[in-house]
Amino acid sequence: MADSITIASDQQQSIPLWLLAELSYSCPLQCSYCSNPINYPQTRAAELSTEEWKTVFKDARKLGAVQLGLSGGEPLVRPDLEELIAEARSLGFYSNLITSAIGADAARLAAIHEAGLDHIQISFQGSNQDVNDHFAGTKSFHHKVLMANEAKKLGFPMVLNFVLHRQNIHQIGDMLKLAEELKADFVELANSQYYGWALKNIDALLPSRQQLLDAEAITNDFRKRHRGNMDVIFVVPDYYENRPKACCNGWATTFLTVTPNGNVQPCQSAQELPGLELPNVREQSLEWAWRESPLFNAFRGTDWMPEPCRSCPEKEQDLGGCRCQAYLLTGDAFATDPVCDLSAKHSIIENAVAKAQNIADLNIDGFGYDIDSAPVQPLLFRNPKNAKLLSKK
Amino acid sequence: MAISENTWVVLSGQFRFQWEEAQQCYVLLYPEGMVQLNPSAGEILSRCQQQTTIADVISDLQNSFAETDPKALAADVVEFIHEANDQGWLDLKN
Repeated sequence: MADSITIASDQQQSIPLWLLAELSYSCPLQCSYCSNPINYPQTRAAELSTEEWKTVFKDARKLGAVQLGLSGGEPLVRPDLEELIAEARSLGFYSNLITSAIGADAARLAAIHEAGLDHIQISFQGSNQDVNDHFAGTKSFHHKVLMANEAKKLGFPMVLNFVLHRQNIHQIGDMLKLAEELKADFVELANSQYYGWALKNIDALLPSRQQLLDAEAITNDFRKRHRGNMDVIFVVPDYYENRPKACCNGWATTFLTVTPNGNVQPCQSAQELPGLELPNVREQSLEWAWRESPLFNAFRGTDWMPEPCRSCPEKEQDLGGCRCQAYLLTGDAFATDPVCDLSAKHSIIENAVAKAQNIADLNIDGFGYDIDSAPVQPLLFRNPKNAKLLSKK
Repeated sequence: MAISENTWVVLSGQFRFQWEEAQQCYVLLYPEGMVQLNPSAGEILSRCQQQTTIADVISDLQNSFAETDPKALAADVVEFIHEANDQGWLDLKN
């Protein structure tokens, strides 16, 4: 008995506190920085059934998962969402709906509340109809405002999430004003990070350093004037940091993602990494995926690290950064995240930042951006046509 | 506000309090986050799930932990209620 406890107390004993359930990749929006895979339409026919999701929830709860993110795509496209929320509630999950609000109406939000949802996060793509609807690729602004009001009427704690990029970051003051008007409890002003769709669109999206500094100054000023009621978080793109982030709090330490077709991943992008088979809940147990699978053990801890990470005194803090970013930018999933200025490939990041500055210099008109001013490359919206186009390349 | 043993206390509706078997502790859950509670914080908050007075919380704990010095226990509870209130975990009224 004592032996088995000792054996079980190694790093694989970490608890997947967070389960992200990507219920469907279908989405009425077409955001050009979507975190879903480029080839997302291919999984459509293989989405997990209601019963399969319930089993995932039960098994994740057994492993100790306690926060549940119901995401997508757009989770509201699932007609069984209310049933899944009720199941999550009965299992003791704290459930968070991560939504565009498209697919909701007052009655459905009330049903979701009744089923036991704990918290709602609504995304906005801009602070007004023109910008929001342009970058969402769908007319959606007014409906989002209506649904945010309904959510507060029902008493949900509400997070508003604004994804920032070069062509909407100038609206940050108005975004904060909108969040305040809608009585948000929490606002995330999160710059897009550059994987998948966003990386394909980086020339149209990555802001300049000056734009970030201006946006951060406006945010800090707002924080000073509005102490208390509304928490504001501002997330910088990794490209403007000197050290990488401990991605997902460290590979396979905290987060467990299940994709619409049942793949089990340590993060939303891990399917981009080469040579690692993805466990699937139809073939393997969630417990095996978390504890035993080659994918989850590939980058756990620090033993996998090459130099300069291996001998770095900061390796326990950032764990070498993001594996997906390292692979996408250097072609080597084991490389130091090039965001780190100790990486031999850091010039990739410096060049991207310099290019963003050049593009900003071409187009920017004071601190404000004309939505119709031509970006260097047109935005590729997330839709099946562009998925096909990009998958071919 | 002034906090005394007559103050009414209840866990804020913005938090969910529950026992987590995998972590072997009580936790407070909130949007996308969690606080792990130490055993004494867990014992105190488990008695604040319904509106109650601090005096009742103290006397209930004194019954459950008869071997603990009752005065020290009362002082610990009041100190914790201050901290928990600063964190926004509680709704208080006199």
